[in-house]
Amino acid sequence: MKFYVPLDSAAVALGAEEVVAAIIAEASRRGVAVEVVRNGSRGMVWLEPLVEVVTDSGRLGFGPLTVADVPGLFGDLAVHPKALGMVEELPWMKGQTRLTFARVGVIDPLSLAEYEAHGGLAGLRRAQGMDRAAIVAEVTESGLRGRGGAGFPTGIKWKTVSEAPGAHKYIVCNADEGDSATFADRMLMEGDPFCLIEGMAIAGLACGATKGFVYIRSEYPVAIRIMAEAVRLAREAGVLGPQLDMEIRVGAGAYVCGEETSLLNSLEGKRGVVRAKPPLPALQGFMGQPTVVNNVISLASVPVIMAKGAAHYRDFGLGRSRGTIPLQIAGNARFGGLYECAFGLTLGQIVDEIAGGTASGRPVKAVQVGGPLGAYHPRSQFDTPFGYEEFAGKDGLIGHAGLTIFDDTADMLSQARFAMEFCAIESCGKCTPCRIGAVRGVETIDRLARGDSSAIPILTDLCNTMKLGSLCALGGFTPYPVMSALTHFPDDFARSKEAAE
Amino acid sequence: MLDSAVTADRIAEILEAHRGLEGPLLPILHAVQAAFGHVPQSAVPQIAKALSLSKAEVHGVISFYHDFREAPAGRHVLKLCRAEACQAMGADRVAGAVKAALGIDWHETTPDGRVTLEPVFCLGLCACGPAAMVDGRLVGRCDEGIVAEVAK
Repeated sequence: MKFYVPLDSAAVALGAEEVVAAIIAEASRRGVAVEVVRNGSRGMVWLEPLVEVVTDSGRLGFGPLTVADVPGLFGDLAVHPKALGMVEELPWMKGQTRLTFARVGVIDPLSLAEYEAHGGLAGLRRAQGMDRAAIVAEVTESGLRGRGGAGFPTGIKWKTVSEAPGAHKYIVCNADEGDSATFADRMLMEGDPFCLIEGMAIAGLACGATKGFVYIRSEYPVAIRIMAEAVRLAREAGVLGPQLDMEIRVGAGAYVCGEETSLLNSLEGKRGVVRAKPPLPALQGFMGQPTVVNNVISLASVPVIMAKGAAHYRDFGLGRSRGTIPLQIAGNARFGGLYECAFGLTLGQIVDEIAGGTASGRPVKAVQVGGPLGAYHPRSQFDTPFGYEEFAGKDGLIGHAGLTIFDDTADMLSQARFAMEFCAIESCGKCTPCRIGAVRGVETIDRLARGDSSAIPILTDLCNTMKLGSLCALGGFTPYPVMSALTHFPDDFARSKEAAE
Repeated sequence: MLDSAVTADRIAEILEAHRGLEGPLLPILHAVQAAFGHVPQSAVPQIAKALSLSKAEVHGVISFYHDFREAPAGRHVLKLCRAEACQAMGADRVAGAVKAALGIDWHETTPDGRVTLEPVFCLGLCACGPAAMVDGRLVGRCDEGIVAEVAK
């Protein structure tokens, strides 16, 4: 019998290792030969550990599986209490357009042969037959924008690096996915590491870079292990080599290192302090050399763009948000996980239909979109289509496309306070609005909590200063959650003095 | 106490193993911490000398990053996620109960040296919160019962 049991962190955190041990023990008790493949996650986290059994008609899913459910996998599968049916036919899977995540959950992440059999390396082969400018043009044509949150056109960044003079050039993958509600980078690295490696190899060809780094946060031990092993295998197979070699680097628990210039300082072995721009990292990045810094999903979207052509990718999406986006549905969600689709669904469709509302069954109060620096959106904004400009128009951002759902027990003053507290903890200290402003922000919100409403204009003014005066998005975007909470949920900020005392 | 000659020899090995890397300080500090459970004070001048940095620069890097410890942790390290997605699933309540059960606050170690409690901002388990990490092992949908895992 052949089983698939995810090695994905979420599956492991919910008991996948125990399930694997139970499968092997049960098989040996029954004298049945089994093969257990450790795949990535299909993205249906509420069903993890999701075990798949290979049958003549396809892969049957069972989940969420416990050790007690394992013996039943060796009996009549049709009557197993956790049987879900064919995994590919589940509504969550059928509704998606999986371009970047096409192989995640499907293949053995560390099998280069399976990677190739499922369309892998086709993009790199095509790129190898093209000149630099043509590769850059293809990526530009696709409309791909930085998936880390800033939304800068990837092709334009590559063009700058490609044309910049420099003794050495570097491709740096930003895998410091520190935003709460985001786990797409982790899932991709754990479930399809060769896709990221291929994307970086193509970037190397396009820019004339010979060295790549993947900077992975230390909170992701599984991703670090899988990526390191994949790089070793890719090097052995000649996918990596003299044209581009790669190194995996591990962060050290600093959120701000997800900001590209902090990340470069950290990679150089320095404090992860933000650098002023200009100079752009594209011209003077790692060790002062021209450097592409791209998010995992940006780079991992390149192989499919090169394999299927820019137009195929660009034809999905809306407005200036082209292609697909891996939505990460998190927090108090009935159906939480990763859902890749074209840009353009409304926030309400995502929250009410795909996520199915809250896990607690209570009404949705707010959805924070884009991580800890993203705005809290009330139900009245649920008609907003998912796109860069559309969310900017609502004083928000899509960031790395993480959505945290809160039910009606959430206290938005506490959430605003947390945003300031988080900024104070994680500020690199380089610029004053962020370093001092976040501390004053916590104090000012505490005044509001004590019923001192005269602090509202001070908080508004402080947010304005942080927004306009901070060097990077940490201080600059912390006002988004704070001001959106204050604007959309004023009742939570109107504490009476008596009640507070 | 660590034997200083042994420590120096081990750090010298680590420095040698990282020779030739571009920007080697973080990998070196990770390796030192993996070897000793923390970055001993005595390592600072040795690392500084090998990399042609000042002691202040090396100290500055160690103190900047949350991961690096200047003293050993307890026998168990319990990390609880404090970020928004876990908050939405009751992480604050779980943290309060865990703190009360252990009698310590964030960044503290129980007096018997058994557990160090640390906050973490996101383990990427945002669809199965509250999330925790017990001695490097990931736990999803945790509750205050997690203290049983660090009982010994």
